[in-house]
Amino acid sequence: MSTDLILLAVLMFAVTYPTRAVGLLTPGMQRLPRRAFDYLQLVGPAVLSAIAAVNVMVVTDDAGTPSFHVGIEWLAVLVCLGITAWRKNLLLGLIAAVALVAVARATGLAAIPA
Amino acid sequence: MSDPDPIQMDPAAPTAGEAGTESLAASRRRLLMEALGIAVSAVGFGFVYGLSARQAGFSPIEAVAMSTIVFAGAAQFAAVGYVASGLPWPGVVLLTALLNARHLLYSAALAPWLRDVPFWRRAVMAHLLTDEAFALSVGHFRRVGRTDERGYWIAAIASTFIPWNLATLAGVLLGAQIPDPARFGIDIIFPAAMIGLAVGLVTGRRELVAAIVGAGVGVVVALVTSPSIGIVAGGIVGPAVGLLVPAAIAHEVAPLGTPASADRYAMPGTRLAQPKEPGEPVDAGDPPDDGDRGLP
Repeated sequence: MSTDLILLAVLMFAVTYPTRAVGLLTPGMQRLPRRAFDYLQLVGPAVLSAIAAVNVMVVTDDAGTPSFHVGIEWLAVLVCLGITAWRKNLLLGLIAAVALVAVARATGLAAIPA
Repeated sequence: MSDPDPIQMDPAAPTAGEAGTESLAASRRRLLMEALGIAVSAVGFGFVYGLSARQAGFSPIEAVAMSTIVFAGAAQFAAVGYVASGLPWPGVVLLTALLNARHLLYSAALAPWLRDVPFWRRAVMAHLLTDEAFALSVGHFRRVGRTDERGYWIAAIASTFIPWNLATLAGVLLGAQIPDPARFGIDIIFPAAMIGLAVGLVTGRRELVAAIVGAGVGVVVALVTSPSIGIVAGGIVGPAVGLLVPAAIAHEVAPLGTPASADRYAMPGTRLAQPKEPGEPVDAGDPPDDGDRGLP
């Protein structure tokens, strides 16, 4: 069983813990420029949407060459996005997305990406 | 509290009578009910995280180690994507630092409440400080008007840490038993979860611009270079472009480090923000009413 990523978890902890601890353990040390906080506020939506978009729109072949991908995955992600925005319920969105892809693939309307 | 700024406030411990109107027992009962709702959500999303981690090639011990050691839902989900796309570890660590930096503000807002707790216990509390723990405990402290250490542990451990870790283990173990996950559409869970989490974080026009630009830049750069570089580029360029939206028209509704912000970052399907009573004083972690985001 691989344990390589445990070290990565420790490194992620090493950059996460200080942000959680600095205010509690050293009051007054937590000040950053306001512009920095404004930037940090935007990191979440930017990173998560970039991951989602790259995940469904870009595929790589065996040689690692990326190419543009169009498929049912686009629609599934958009359905999840719409339901989450409309119903404020991500689990419902996930269920709808999975059901859509499963049915499309089972009926032959969509292929499984290589 | 006379200082409306949640970050620059004088870190004097709040005293009884300033905001609290509820008995400790009643507030703890309410906290437990809220924690139960969070726990149910943590089970669902911990399970999805476990499945996604398994899909990305994490072993059970690696997936659980992430949940125990890092213990940060959005960053863990993102890490699955980074690892799956082959992003080098320094990039993963950098993006994790950026994504989790919001905890700095939660920590600052909780400091006045917890300053009398022994140092080593505060050190442990810090590791368990999540969006959920912050929102639940601040709400509880404000209801009773003083610090309740046991309330913090309930908020942090019972609502999130235990269910999140157990569900991670269940997800990664069950994921290993599914012979062909793509046939059942399991592979779509990860990108769909990412976009769903992003939707929850869009709290104004700046966030919307950052999300759209991040996605666009990510795809273009990924096609030209590699998916991992594309994700980093989107995550760095998107916020920079989002900042170009003037604050006056940003319509920000959940400034970072406030209960409203914690509510957004928390696991979807749960509502954490405490309703504000008319005339209630602005307190640590509350967004000021005058439009000032209360940041240094």
